[in-house]
Amino acid sequence: MFQASALNDRNARIQRRWRLLFLVMTLLLILPVAIILGLLVHHGAPVISWSFLFEFPRQGMTAGGIFPALLGTIFLVSLALVFSVPLGIAAAIYLSEYARDNWLTRAINLAIINLAGVPSIVHALFGVGAFVLFFRFGTSILAASLTLGIMALPVVIVSTRESLQAVPRAFREACWALGATRWQTIRKVVLPNSVSGILTGVILEVSRTAGETAPIMFTGAAFFLPFLPESVYDQTMALSLHLFVLSTQVPGVPEGVPYGVALVLIAIVLSMNALSIGFRMVLRGRKRW
Amino acid sequence: MVGPERTESGGNSLLEVDDLTVSYGRHVALSGVTLTVRQNEIFGIIGPANAGKTTFLQAVNRMDQFNDAIKVDGAVRFMGRDVARWRNTFALRRQIGVVFPLPVGLPLSVYENVAFAPRLRGVSKKADLDVLVERYLRRAALWEEVKDRLDTLGSMLSGGQQQRLTIARALSQDPVLLMLDEFSIAVDPVTTMKIEDVLRELRSELTILLVTNLVQQARRLADRTAFFLDGSLVEVGVTEDLFTGRARHRETVDYIEGRFG
Repeated sequence: MFQASALNDRNARIQRRWRLLFLVMTLLLILPVAIILGLLVHHGAPVISWSFLFEFPRQGMTAGGIFPALLGTIFLVSLALVFSVPLGIAAAIYLSEYARDNWLTRAINLAIINLAGVPSIVHALFGVGAFVLFFRFGTSILAASLTLGIMALPVVIVSTRESLQAVPRAFREACWALGATRWQTIRKVVLPNSVSGILTGVILEVSRTAGETAPIMFTGAAFFLPFLPESVYDQTMALSLHLFVLSTQVPGVPEGVPYGVALVLIAIVLSMNALSIGFRMVLRGRKRW
Repeated sequence: MVGPERTESGGNSLLEVDDLTVSYGRHVALSGVTLTVRQNEIFGIIGPANAGKTTFLQAVNRMDQFNDAIKVDGAVRFMGRDVARWRNTFALRRQIGVVFPLPVGLPLSVYENVAFAPRLRGVSKKADLDVLVERYLRRAALWEEVKDRLDTLGSMLSGGQQQRLTIARALSQDPVLLMLDEFSIAVDPVTTMKIEDVLRELRSELTILLVTNLVQQARRLADRTAFFLDGSLVEVGVTEDLFTGRARHRETVDYIEGRFG
């Protein structure tokens, strides 16, 4: 008859304790998320209505809605995507599929990692210097989106490259052996099998970009505008800056309003995340190996 | 483009390898290999692991291009031209079909796996592709088993079927040379026999370079056989001679008789 020794029992006891510790740590992680969301919904939900979403702010932003800020955020994020996605995906394809392993490639990789580590306020100053002043775009949607786009670029490149690398090399070799060029291999085998990962990266980029405040503060986002922008050379309001302004700069704002703005902002971010998870699940279901 | 040239080494040689040396960084995988493969023969390559057999195949179809660490010296002449001088190596690889040790089905349907190479060379009409897909699947002795499920993923087939699928795919390139790298490693004995029959039939149409881990397979199929050991070519001979005690080197005899491996 098998009998566990005292040492076996002790090891099992210790292992249970460690498991409990890790579980507690993990649960602690959920706590801040739950509290933030709870507070936002509790204070912000009563404020939200059609008129809150689709009206202009009135009476020194203490009343009315957030429509120009909401629309401005959508403009900024979309334009930032237009710049960063094609550039980022192209760069990732080059680095993953074409680049040889030499000093230049290593330097580029290092640059990308560093770019990802640059604080957003530094990106803002770069945006002012490059787009607002040097290219003379002025403080405008164009300058702000370009700044956001550059900030997002490393994220797109890294996530795209990782999705490409996840396609087994054996597929590429089989394809090359058939006489396919590198481009034919990329188009027919690599891209179709990495598109879910690439899309996920892009959507996560959207959620990150939507919340950024510093890079747009000096480059194109306005404190308050009584009208909607007419071209990319105009300034715009944006949700993130609007939240900052309402919370710190304007006296007499009803207590629920900043919570309402924050709730809208976080709803955009979370719905984007949900979309990316959904995408991944659908496309993973069709995964072919 | 220069057509195939006649050379002094037999007039009908397809592949002439002259003092081929391949190294990965400081590790020399293959050194000083010189041999000739004639048209329409099955040329066997035997030898233990790390003998340089796979490396040899990679040097023939210029797969070294995709790996910066590989350095190739010496000359490989295919259809009379040094493969290092083919400016369009993709065109070179279209002439050479490859079958890997483990079947690599592209993540496509059975049909699309076989239609892949014809599409690359510009066949696009469905009716034409249908004909080609059936022809190559038949030739790889797979058609009867998959004709009702051409739309399923190649990777859903059994291991032996997948390996025949990769053979059909290699044949769909309409290659001049077919290189098989230990194709029977992941294949059951019955399928192995089916594939060997296929290869015997193919001999009339193309040249086959058969790297094999099974000494007896080389004996069954190959007209001539080369024995590789530790990155060197020990000897090349008519297969029957090697297997009937007429090998010139002791290592060859020992390997064939299973005294090491």
